[in-house]
Amino acid sequence: MSEHLLTELTVFILAVFVGLEVISKVPTTLHTPLMSATNAIHGIVLVGAILVAGTATQTLGPVVGVLLVILASLNVFGGYTVTERMLQMFKPRATPGDAKK
Amino acid sequence: MNALTALANPVDAAYLVTGICFIIGLRYLSHPRTARLGNRISALGMLIALVATLTQGIVAWWIVGAGIVVGAVIGIYSARAVKMTAMPQMVALFNGAGGGAAALVATGEFLRLLIESPTRPPTLPADQSITIVLSAIIGSLSFAGSIIAFLKLQELMTGRPVTYRGQQIVNAIVAVAVVGSAIAVVLNQNVETEFFIAFGGSLLLGVLFVLPIGGADMPVVISLLNAFTGLAAALTGFVLSNNVLIISGALVGASGTLLTLMMGKAMNRSITNVLFGAFGAVKAAGDEAAANGASSGNVRAASVDDVAMMLAYAKEVIIVPGYGMAVAQAQHSVRELADQLEKHGVTVKYAIHPVAGRMPGHMNVLLAEANVPYPALFDMEDINPQFARADVALIIGANDVTNPAARNVPSSPIYGMPILDVDKAQNVVVLKRSMNTGFAGIDNPLYEDPKTVMLFGDAKKSVDELAGAVKGL
Repeated sequence: MSEHLLTELTVFILAVFVGLEVISKVPTTLHTPLMSATNAIHGIVLVGAILVAGTATQTLGPVVGVLLVILASLNVFGGYTVTERMLQMFKPRATPGDAKK
Repeated sequence: MNALTALANPVDAAYLVTGICFIIGLRYLSHPRTARLGNRISALGMLIALVATLTQGIVAWWIVGAGIVVGAVIGIYSARAVKMTAMPQMVALFNGAGGGAAALVATGEFLRLLIESPTRPPTLPADQSITIVLSAIIGSLSFAGSIIAFLKLQELMTGRPVTYRGQQIVNAIVAVAVVGSAIAVVLNQNVETEFFIAFGGSLLLGVLFVLPIGGADMPVVISLLNAFTGLAAALTGFVLSNNVLIISGALVGASGTLLTLMMGKAMNRSITNVLFGAFGAVKAAGDEAAANGASSGNVRAASVDDVAMMLAYAKEVIIVPGYGMAVAQAQHSVRELADQLEKHGVTVKYAIHPVAGRMPGHMNVLLAEANVPYPALFDMEDINPQFARADVALIIGANDVTNPAARNVPSSPIYGMPILDVDKAQNVVVLKRSMNTGFAGIDNPLYEDPKTVMLFGDAKKSVDELAGAVKGL
């Protein structure tokens, strides 16, 4: 195994532990938003999509390239919008007819 | 690139900031009060990463621009237009999009390495081909699986398990073909053909593996597919030597795995049983339902006025919502009924089973949409001791999660699953469309309990009528 791959594996494994630690603190009430929020986060693959489809070395051809960027952007923008919509519904007390705070 | 040059490079520094934003964003999800801020911090991190990436020698601007604009418009529009009850399929769809993107990123890198390979026929170094093939396989598996999950949840195809003779064998053959071609790619045997066999095979496998999974097991599947896409994204990070992809993918993978295990635990079933057990379980359940079919003569049906009276003069009512509430879109009516009851001085609480609905926390989101304050929602462990003090347990569209057979009938397919102890309440009211058995046809002895009354009809209509009747008292 190359030293390079080993460094990347280290980053990966540490991030898994951080993930487990942080996620285990999320209450069950917020599990759907959590799922949606992490869903938006894996939209980070858009970074890869831009690099693969947009740089001079791109090999997928224009049609697949655009499709790739569309898929990844759908994931990012849809994911964050849905999460935001869910989260703004969670209210500590009933505030009938009054949307302040 | 070593760690020092990575930090010295502004783009990598930006990616580091993105990783931190994601972690803080998830950390803030630990409380409903801070959750929105968390989501925004996470979105800010995403923006930073995108801007940084756009400085990286992009030449095909129209591809990138057109893709982002089209994806953003469709994504934002559909995310705004979708009904809250349709949230699980929306999340499944976005998840599939991410998985498909990861698979295509891997494919793009694969083709580039082939062209740049100095040897003919082209060969790839093993540490690159392993991560490329894995991310293509897992990404396309997640893509195809998510699409099937979407079709099932959207009811564009049946939500029941799709099974056929020899299913396990067919799945095993496809799985072996995928693994075999993947190994062939790593061993540099006929790389290009084998790569696309692995890619296509895992698309097929994604379809085949979600088909036999029924609607009630969807919380497990959606969590698992989420973990898969996370893992696929992390693997593209290995492929592109990009730490932000590795970190973000690992976070999502960890989250999805944790949720999958929690859902499995909530049903007291192993994940393997959920994924591969459909065939046997459904058959057994069907037989048992057929055997018990004649025994459902002892149920008591009640009128709206009877139930309204019972509820209005109770001290404490615990509402148990299930998928039936989501289907009937009755969450606003439920809130209205609870408001009327509270005017009569009744304490109203909600009992949420971890696997009620079609995704983790599904009921919580629906009730939040109807403005139910989240402190009124209780987890199974917290509410179960309270049923004995409750005057009425009002079950709206939930079935298996209230079935006492899980506690005391060892032959029941759901035996051992932790359930809500609704039968400990003084009275039980079940709102149900008909006496048809629920998913997987499991008989529910609760309905024959002497303290149970049934109110038949559409959940929304019944709850509306109840609210009206309580108001009139």
